[in-house]
Amino acid sequence: MIGLFKVKEKQREQAQNATRGGASVKKQSAGELRLHKDISELNLPSSCSISFPNGKDDLMNFEVSIKPDDGYYHNGTFVFTFQVSPVYPHEAPKVKCKTKVYHPNIDLEGNVCLNILREDWKPVLNINTVIYGLFHLFTEPNSEDPLNHEAAAVLRDNPKLFETNVRRAMTGGYVGQTFFPRCI
Amino acid sequence: MADLDVPQSKSRDLDKLLLRPGNLVGPDFDPGTELRDDMREYVRILVVGAGGLGCELLKDLALSGFSNLDVIDMDRIEVTNLNRQFLFRLEDVGKPKAEVAAKRVMERVSGVKIVPHFSRIEDKEIEFYNDFSIIALGLDSIEARRYINGVACGFLEYDEDDTPRRETMKPMVDGGTEGFKGHARVIVPGVTPCFECTIWLFPPQVKFPLCTLAETPRNAAHCIEYAHLIKWPEVHGGKSFDPDEPEHMKWVYDEAIKRAELFGIPGVTYSLTQGVVKNIIPAIASTNAIISAACTLETLKIVSGCSKTLANYLTYNGGEGLHTKVTEFVRDKECLVCGPGILIELDTSITLQKFIEMLEEHPKLLLSKASVKHGKNSLYMQAPPVLEEMHRPNLSKPLYDLMGRVQKDTIHVFGTALKNEEKQSSLTKLRVVFKGADGVADMDTAIGA
Repeated sequence: MIGLFKVKEKQREQAQNATRGGASVKKQSAGELRLHKDISELNLPSSCSISFPNGKDDLMNFEVSIKPDDGYYHNGTFVFTFQVSPVYPHEAPKVKCKTKVYHPNIDLEGNVCLNILREDWKPVLNINTVIYGLFHLFTEPNSEDPLNHEAAAVLRDNPKLFETNVRRAMTGGYVGQTFFPRCI
Repeated sequence: MADLDVPQSKSRDLDKLLLRPGNLVGPDFDPGTELRDDMREYVRILVVGAGGLGCELLKDLALSGFSNLDVIDMDRIEVTNLNRQFLFRLEDVGKPKAEVAAKRVMERVSGVKIVPHFSRIEDKEIEFYNDFSIIALGLDSIEARRYINGVACGFLEYDEDDTPRRETMKPMVDGGTEGFKGHARVIVPGVTPCFECTIWLFPPQVKFPLCTLAETPRNAAHCIEYAHLIKWPEVHGGKSFDPDEPEHMKWVYDEAIKRAELFGIPGVTYSLTQGVVKNIIPAIASTNAIISAACTLETLKIVSGCSKTLANYLTYNGGEGLHTKVTEFVRDKECLVCGPGILIELDTSITLQKFIEMLEEHPKLLLSKASVKHGKNSLYMQAPPVLEEMHRPNLSKPLYDLMGRVQKDTIHVFGTALKNEEKQSSLTKLRVVFKGADGVADMDTAIGA
């Protein structure tokens, strides 16, 4: 190998004297590539839409809007922020719910309890599967893995009251001590 | 003493490897003082990281006949570093690691010159990394390794027949340690698998379900993560948690204790809190020394050819007894980072639109509905509709202009490809070379006129 280094050293000296043109090496990012591919292959139902608040030059941060067409949350609009890390797909995207919602699996800070976002994430999953997972939370809320303890208890013990609470929260109103802004 | 009249050379041990032939030497090995002196004068090594591995690497490389070293590290010295980052002392706490490490090694080893860089690896120009013969990594994260790997493999160029060009190969020697375990690997872009080729080796990170943290904690780690992930944002709103800020860490520890008491869970300590939050595994000096020695030896072998190089991944486990194994991993031919991709020659006048149409017909690609990405720039996205609209203006522009008017560069295309008569999602690397980029085409038209 050492013969190469001497040659390279001489070349470097010559290049420093001449003007350097030609190909400048661009920064690659394998994680971003995989993300761009996932985004270009999104197959979203009509109830979900995606937007890029930072424009086309930052696809690592985007928002997904879900409007369930069925179930307790019928017609509400819920916005989620996605933050994709440079080690994607080795790490799951960070997802938070921007809309305040009365839901057993979403707390008042916007944390979302979805298995594939944490312990069940695998690099073979993608943005599409995450969005489907989120959609599923609204069509089938789960009282067994609660982040919002009270909501989960009501869903389990008194589904009719749960339905009323959800409607009141979505149209803008109080459930217990908490105020929910309108999202329908 | 038989050899009293022979002056004791400082490089006596090194001479045994470099000055005489042997049975285990590499193919281009040319023993002699010229080799030893050339190594001293011409070879430049970059050590990335001046922590546990970095300190050991600087010492080992300096004592192994390398005189031109650079070290880069963005951190400052902390008290907890002192049990193994032996170049630092109590009075150095707070100073930049790279600068103190460089200074100490230069004090102890005469003739060596070490240039410290107190900065993040991402803040350096790409060309900075091209100045070095070998890059030795003493990093502590996948993200950082992925970045350097991307940079080093970015220098790799291929011939028209898809053979990697030897003079563009930038070898890396990557070491990593965790408690009693460690690894050392040799990465020669174009020859051995790169970091990206083997990234699938990493197991998924341990993450607890949020609902467990919120409702049913069962162990100390759950209590700590609750305080870290749920309680902190609740109380501190927009302020992001900084694990290096002792006040933040203390706050999380106090909250974790409260939670643990509430649920009757033992075991929450300050050091466990640090471990869980920062994903820290206690570090041991001997593991770092062993892995660094392996890395330095490989660096010496690659540069001089004095022995066959490690092929290509060594694992070490000293937890119970001692176990070490070398595995030869193979390259991923389709690797997006170090693979050859497909060579495409284009005219400088071709528009992005025409290029995308061309991909459909290209025999090796047959790629329909292609999206195009150039480095960090997204040139065109077929979907979703909101993005397609944002990119549409690019379609009528020449690809040559969109790529910054360089004669050749790498781009990536993805879409639906026809493979074995089946439609499949595809992501491919392309080596684009522009004909007529040197102005030859203009000369032709001038002569024609």
